Amino acid sequence: MTAPATHVSAPAPHHYTTLGLDSRKVAIWAFIGSECMLFVSLISTYLIYKGRSIVGPFPHETWTDPATGHVFKPILNIPVTSASTFVLLMSSLFMVLALAAVQNKEKPKHTRGERILGSSRLWLWMTAIAGATFLGFQAFEFTSFVHEGLSIRTNLFGSSFFTLTGFHGAHVTAGVIWLVTLLAIDYRRGLGPRDSLLVDIAALYWHFVDVIWIVIFTLVYLIR
Amino acid sequence: MMDSHASMTNLPDSAEALAHAPRREEEHAHPTWSTYWKVALILSLITVGEVWAYYLPSFVGSRGFVPTLLFLSGLKFAIVVMFYMHLKYDHRIFRVLFTGPLLVAAITLIGLMFLFGHLFIKIM
Repeated sequence: MTAPATHVSAPAPHHYTTLGLDSRKVAIWAFIGSECMLFVSLISTYLIYKGRSIVGPFPHETWTDPATGHVFKPILNIPVTSASTFVLLMSSLFMVLALAAVQNKEKPKHTRGERILGSSRLWLWMTAIAGATFLGFQAFEFTSFVHEGLSIRTNLFGSSFFTLTGFHGAHVTAGVIWLVTLLAIDYRRGLGPRDSLLVDIAALYWHFVDVIWIVIFTLVYLIR
Repeated sequence: MMDSHASMTNLPDSAEALAHAPRREEEHAHPTWSTYWKVALILSLITVGEVWAYYLPSFVGSRGFVPTLLFLSGLKFAIVVMFYMHLKYDHRIFRVLFTGPLLVAAITLIGLMFLFGHLFIKIM
């Protein structure tokens, strides 16, 4: 007697929803949706308080302290923030290249260019370094603001600005830690096509952090 | 026997259930490396355009400044979501999961802006 169900394939290692989608990917998209709401609440708070600070320093305008006569320059440093924005945009490119490298790991690579593009470690390192560089820019910006007299307690602008950008920076920090764990897995046993979902989920989170910065850069830094 | 085997392996209870079991998410063709580079170039150019606009006093003072920046920002947002997050190529349920909360958030933001007097409707 032959076993009637031996032809049934072994249970899949992951759970799938009734739509046939991996539940982890559904979860990350639902998480990203909820994160949209979190960041919109922070952005709304910033915009509501915009222009309502009684004392300076202000983001785009010069302010003279009536008590001391000290003149405060506009606090936002657009060239520095533009550079950090560019770095974060490039990190998104590195992240998709890391994902593509993991997905195509088993495909033969003939040329030097194909080997470079197919190196998941290189692109994961580049993404993590770009993320850390962005955090460095943010640390520089926060430090210079405090030295110039703007802290989270100075005025409404300081409170809403540091809360919004600080939350974003915390998300970037979490993303960098996530990328480092992926690198550790890559060095330990190698990331291959079977792990593409692991990298895809991390990539979705990373790109989300990037798109939130796109909005923050325009609304907070560029629009006066 | 089938049932006992199925219960042992945590598989669906019957062959019929197996036949109707959900299929795994289909692999969709993602963009190529060259597409990713082109997207990065476009994003960089838009960012350069935004910063350039910021330094044009005549444009900053005009009525078109804010709408232009909002449009460029929205364009960058959409490009990253469609091409880097692969929402253009993935299952539509992901689009619903993302755009649904985004829409609610956007409506809330616009509502709050009206409520706190940052947006005005000219009736007369």
